Amino acid sequence: MPLIRYIPAQPKIAFMKLRHFTFPLSAAMSVLAMVLFLAVGFNLGIDFRGGTLIEAQASQATADLGALREHLTDLDLGDVQIQEFGSPRDVLIRLGQAGTSDEEQQKIVSDVRGALGQDYSIRRVESVGPSVSGELVRQSILALVLGAVAVLAYLWFRFEWQFAVGALVTTLHDIFVTLMIYSAFGIDFNLTSIAAILTIMGYSLNDTVVIYDRIREMVRRYKKMPLPELLDVAVNATLSRTLIVSTTTFFSTLALYFFGGEVLRGFSLAMTVGVLIGTYSSIFVAAPILIHLGLRASTVAAPEGAAKPGSKPAEA
Amino acid sequence: MLHFSRLKTAAILIATAIGILFALPNVLPQSVLQHLPAWLASSRVTLGLDLQGGSHILLEVDGAALRKERTEQVRDEVRNVLREQKIGYSNLAIRDTTVSLRLRNPDDRDKALTALRALANPVTNTLFGNSTGEKDLAVTAGDDDTLAVSLTEAGVNARVRSAVDQSIEIIRRRIDQLGTVEPNIQRQGADRILVQVPGLQDPQRLKTLLGQTAKLTFRMVDMSMSPEQALQGRPPPESEVLEGPNGAHYLVERQVRVSGEDLVDAQPGFDPNSREPVVSFRFNNNGAKRFAATTQEAVGRPFAIVLDNKVISAPVIREPILGGSGQISGSFTVQEANDLAILLRAGALPAPLKVVEERTVGPSLGADSIEAGKVAAYVATGLVAVFMLAFYGLFGVFALVALAVHVTLMFALQSVLGATLTLPGIAGIVLTIGMAVDSNVVIFERIRDEEREGRSAISSIDKGFSNALGTILDANITSLATAIILFLLGGSGPVRGFAVTYILGLLTTMFTAYTLTRLMIAWWVKWRRPATLPI
Repeated sequence: MPLIRYIPAQPKIAFMKLRHFTFPLSAAMSVLAMVLFLAVGFNLGIDFRGGTLIEAQASQATADLGALREHLTDLDLGDVQIQEFGSPRDVLIRLGQAGTSDEEQQKIVSDVRGALGQDYSIRRVESVGPSVSGELVRQSILALVLGAVAVLAYLWFRFEWQFAVGALVTTLHDIFVTLMIYSAFGIDFNLTSIAAILTIMGYSLNDTVVIYDRIREMVRRYKKMPLPELLDVAVNATLSRTLIVSTTTFFSTLALYFFGGEVLRGFSLAMTVGVLIGTYSSIFVAAPILIHLGLRASTVAAPEGAAKPGSKPAEA
Repeated sequence: MLHFSRLKTAAILIATAIGILFALPNVLPQSVLQHLPAWLASSRVTLGLDLQGGSHILLEVDGAALRKERTEQVRDEVRNVLREQKIGYSNLAIRDTTVSLRLRNPDDRDKALTALRALANPVTNTLFGNSTGEKDLAVTAGDDDTLAVSLTEAGVNARVRSAVDQSIEIIRRRIDQLGTVEPNIQRQGADRILVQVPGLQDPQRLKTLLGQTAKLTFRMVDMSMSPEQALQGRPPPESEVLEGPNGAHYLVERQVRVSGEDLVDAQPGFDPNSREPVVSFRFNNNGAKRFAATTQEAVGRPFAIVLDNKVISAPVIREPILGGSGQISGSFTVQEANDLAILLRAGALPAPLKVVEERTVGPSLGADSIEAGKVAAYVATGLVAVFMLAFYGLFGVFALVALAVHVTLMFALQSVLGATLTLPGIAGIVLTIGMAVDSNVVIFERIRDEEREGRSAISSIDKGFSNALGTILDANITSLATAIILFLLGGSGPVRGFAVTYILGLLTTMFTAYTLTRLMIAWWVKWRRPATLPI
């Protein structure tokens, strides 16, 4: 017997009533996010700040971080950070490079390469000059803004404006909370993070659109039903799908987090949190906000072509 | 929705089969692959540099150096032309990219203007080869008899453009000498060159080779004063102090006797007497003549071999060198001699290049990343499979077959399109494993809804599919929109690789849910004629 049979077909959870708790909660999270951005900021990676990152593996079983730190400090390279990376053998060396020129930066890279010598093999070098990092910042902001605009435009075209605005607010909420995770845990914020945010945006919208689709259909069908009640029915009807897909996606991000390797860890953590937040927000933000945006049966146009009758369609 | 014509059924199955065929080379070992007939697809997914190991280096033409050099060139041209025309001037000076001077005789103004304007060349648009009507120099006359010649923005841009084109050629020649496989060298933006070299053992050497202009000149050493005197006082105007090996300084004439442009060959070797590594070179006719003339005239005096404004060595000419060949010794290591020979053979860059971005991944890390990605993919697949089977039973099997085909098609499309698989790309694949069941779940839940409303099993399935279609399209198109923006703005790096797998993943899940799952369910319905649904 498949487990899905045990899930109540029409759960009757009063999600819309819960909005009196979830709206303040979401608002509080957004405010907290804002405070964190201002107070703590982000651990900007070299993509956006410029600088150099070197991953090295010790030839012995464990890397001697203390000796390495001393050794590199002698080189007088400015801001040097050394940390273990994934295993005791692997180290990550970060060289912050605010303000120095492209040429100086290249010299530092070769200096460190020389200093690591025979004791370490270099596994990865990433070095971004100040001119490139500035462009990457601009490009990333552009990507996020364009992403939001494109989605808004599509939803406006396919749905009514209330849905587009609701989806936008929900998406912004998710981006805020994800950014808060980056800020609170000090996860390296780099180009991959932008990819994570856009993906979370896509995922959250996907979730939201499935629910919105159902809401729109029901608004057309049950013109007399009060909106809060209708939203509850729609969210409950799509609840099993929402939870099942969130679970499988959660499995994927979890597998990535634990097995995908050190380089992807920040990305997978953000994605994992993003999936949870995206699911939460599509139920507790996207749907109830429609009440406040003034969605009415009269504002929802009948579908193009085959207009559905107001009552249940006849058996096919 | 449950009726499939034979043609449709065949099309779906053939598409799936072709997908499997094109994905197959990725799992077959290389040895099997070689023995397959040629008509079978054999291309694999191209691995990004972060997976196979390699260097990604972004170079930028040093615009400031280019401007400076061009301005100095213009100053020399101005001096020559005014001398030729016998126009008296003073205060010839450079400020930024402007050469200014003052005429001794105000009556010469028109004559000087005409002469200076003749120095300007029309700027051609290299893309179309036609003239844009703009000149590369602007000549203006100020008050009190001053004249100014400035570089125009159009002229500088054209020079940067052509410097990039020439540099790409020269870089290609230099890297080819390293004997590595298939470097990718391409222009990026107005003044940048992207160099991607896979599987390189020594990335530092690559950067050394790319970072040098390699402008070689042979000039005479100025013996009129010692370099120390010149450093403290004022060097003669026609000479300059250059750095040499071990911190030594040399006073070297500015005039270039022979330049590297006249070299036809350079080879590393060993000096038969000292056993030191040297680079031997050969001049073309023109270079040989000039080299012979210089060495004849200056026996007993030292001449300087200057590379990128640094003196490599300054040997004393013992006898005239008439054969047009010689050797450079400069206490090189074997590799240094090798590299210098490569640089001299490939030619000098038209302008200095600077490294503005580097991303190098060693082959061991790349292999580890692939391994980690595989494990994550297996774990994700296992969890999703158990979950789907537990929740949906038979329909879960349908969803898993669709999932398997989805992953297969992703690899097939990647192989055929030649898209590069990067580490974030692997993350994208793992992510879509979890998300791919979405379309199927939306359909299954719809089917359950319809049954609850009192439909028969078959009618519920039919209605469920048609009702779910709109939802799936809307949901996936919004995701696609964000993915496409990621692709467009992801640059050339790993993030674009993520966007590619994500986009392909969304497309293949829509395809598999709407064709394969439906076909499988249609077959099952035909076979079992179910009265109730198993979900």
